[in-house]
Amino acid sequence: MSGILDRRLLFVMGKGGTGKSSVAAALGLAAARHGRKVLLCEVAGQQRVTRTLVGHAPSDPYEETKLAPGLWATSVDPDSALEEYLRSQLPSRALFELLKRSRIFQYLVAAAPGSRELLTIGKIWETAQLDRPWTGAQLRYDLVIVDAPATGHGLALLAAPRTFRDVAGVGRIQRQAGRIDSFVRDPETTGVVGVALPEEMPVTETIELGSALERDIGLELGLVVMNALDPDRFSDQDAATLAGARGAGGAPVREAIEAALAQHARAAAHREQLARLEAAGRPVVTLPHVFAPELAREDIEAMSERLEAVL
Amino acid sequence: MNLLENTRVCVCAGSGGVGKTTTAAALALGAAASGRKVVVITIDPARRLAESLGVPELGNEELLVDPARLEAAGIAMKGELWALMLDPKRTFDDVVRSYAPDEETREAVLGNRIYRELSTAVAGSQEYMAMERLYELHERGEFDLLVLDTPPSRNALDFLDAPDRLLRFIDSRSLQAFLAPGRAGLRLLGAGAGVAMSVLERITGIDLLRDLAEFFSSFSSMVDGFRERARAVNELLRADATAFVLVTTPRTGSLEEAAELREQLSDRDIDFRGVIVNRVHSLEGPEAGAGELEGLLGTDLARRVAANHRDYLALSARDSASLERLGAEVGGRPIVTVPSLEDEVHDLPGLARVGSYLFGDDQTGPA
Repeated sequence: MSGILDRRLLFVMGKGGTGKSSVAAALGLAAARHGRKVLLCEVAGQQRVTRTLVGHAPSDPYEETKLAPGLWATSVDPDSALEEYLRSQLPSRALFELLKRSRIFQYLVAAAPGSRELLTIGKIWETAQLDRPWTGAQLRYDLVIVDAPATGHGLALLAAPRTFRDVAGVGRIQRQAGRIDSFVRDPETTGVVGVALPEEMPVTETIELGSALERDIGLELGLVVMNALDPDRFSDQDAATLAGARGAGGAPVREAIEAALAQHARAAAHREQLARLEAAGRPVVTLPHVFAPELAREDIEAMSERLEAVL
Repeated sequence: MNLLENTRVCVCAGSGGVGKTTTAAALALGAAASGRKVVVITIDPARRLAESLGVPELGNEELLVDPARLEAAGIAMKGELWALMLDPKRTFDDVVRSYAPDEETREAVLGNRIYRELSTAVAGSQEYMAMERLYELHERGEFDLLVLDTPPSRNALDFLDAPDRLLRFIDSRSLQAFLAPGRAGLRLLGAGAGVAMSVLERITGIDLLRDLAEFFSSFSSMVDGFRERARAVNELLRADATAFVLVTTPRTGSLEEAAELREQLSDRDIDFRGVIVNRVHSLEGPEAGAGELEGLLGTDLARRVAANHRDYLALSARDSASLERLGAEVGGRPIVTVPSLEDEVHDLPGLARVGSYLFGDDQTGPA
């Protein structure tokens, strides 16, 4: 197994709509098949992957739901995370209830810029710790894979702990933020996987993500997955033949020929984007385009088998 | 085009990766071609698209798209197309500068330790900037139509709440409590204030609370300005002449997100004008006869062409079903489809081509 799955925490990042959720799930399935206990973390979303893999939405998204042998999923929500954190920090339940009712406190948490990001990444950190400091939960994970929000927001998540560490003066928050920051920035424990589509903007964003990660967080893009790559179905010679036959025959034949030419052009454009991505110097793995409007369980399993084969 | 009739502001809402930026640009181009003076406010456009619009030459200022460029692309222009790219690095500093009642306040806020560290993380800062810009351009009254490409966000309507969120941030009884004299400059409301306060201090650290108090204290003088602006922006978003257009694709996930968007808009008393569905496969079929194909292409190629055709026919059938489901949910509002194009749209002729589908006529087709 490649190094990328030997980390304790993996962030799957990329432009919106590139298929991060599916890639995160596929990576999770691959790691689980190799005997690791894996938690898939979604950030306050729609539990789409859970629904695809088990056929229905979880009854409680914030619980750790089992998706497959060795693979669990949860949704991270800042409010639930805050509650867990407070409960673990305050010596008595009475104090916890008091603070919860305090309007000032609610206001501070809601208003302080970046507090939601800090709580989110704090919870993620907690799930990756072997002693589960906020929940004392029974489940200990070898690997936590985060289906991160779209690029800019994902980076903000990674940067939040250091910001708070530097700003919060002296105190518990500062120490906790520092602990989270150290873990998140350690290339031994934390890895980042980029996901791109074979289109200009996602590739550009992935390349820029790589630079921003190194500059701001001190991490490298360990792997980039180019998703939905159109297969090479027609050679340039085929295309020449097809172009020559354009306009001939009945309507279905003309439509079939146009569709083939369009596919050839698109596959060529995809290959250009792949070359751009490879030129950026990080290891790239490709996943083929699935000809369906949505991915089913077997599609995600096929993706995970392909990832396993190349990693 | 139905979607833009009697419209002064068009907001393109939708989740990431559905082609919002291209759609916004194509709508603006089409409306400008038909004679209106239009500005498109883009967020993060693809480099080539930005170049073709002349956008990267701007800072944050709107620029006329060169009529010569449009003519060279074969687009007959009766009106004017202006474009601006919202600067993603633009910080909250400009907002503070515009609302601070005096230099002392401005410097106090900008220099505050908390503010300096956290201002780039102000929740919704990019979203808030988009709203500010939209309002400002609308007020200037120079444009017939403003088209806004909304920022990418997991929750596609974050930008709508940005003015209110900011307002809640600075205009609340909790803030007043912070500003009232009391222990270390802070005072809590409610019973058990003393105990809660010390717990709070233990958890957050006394320095943080004191700095926050100073920050809020400086900020409070700007509340009135923010309140008025938030009210005005909300009014603009709910005006009859403001059209929200949902942009989506036939992928099931996108349709679900579009349904959620609709609900969220309705929760905010905002109507949506219609839906634009991009990347639609619409092959009609039926499958081509094997014999006919072989006669033209030879056995091997014919087989592969037929297999490819079947794949795209299947996709088209599913897209068609998705569109039907969407139709059932939009209560008679227009659904405009744009076919899956083999090339990404990254230049003016490409935009014009998308426009020809959006406007359903030849106004914007290349000459």
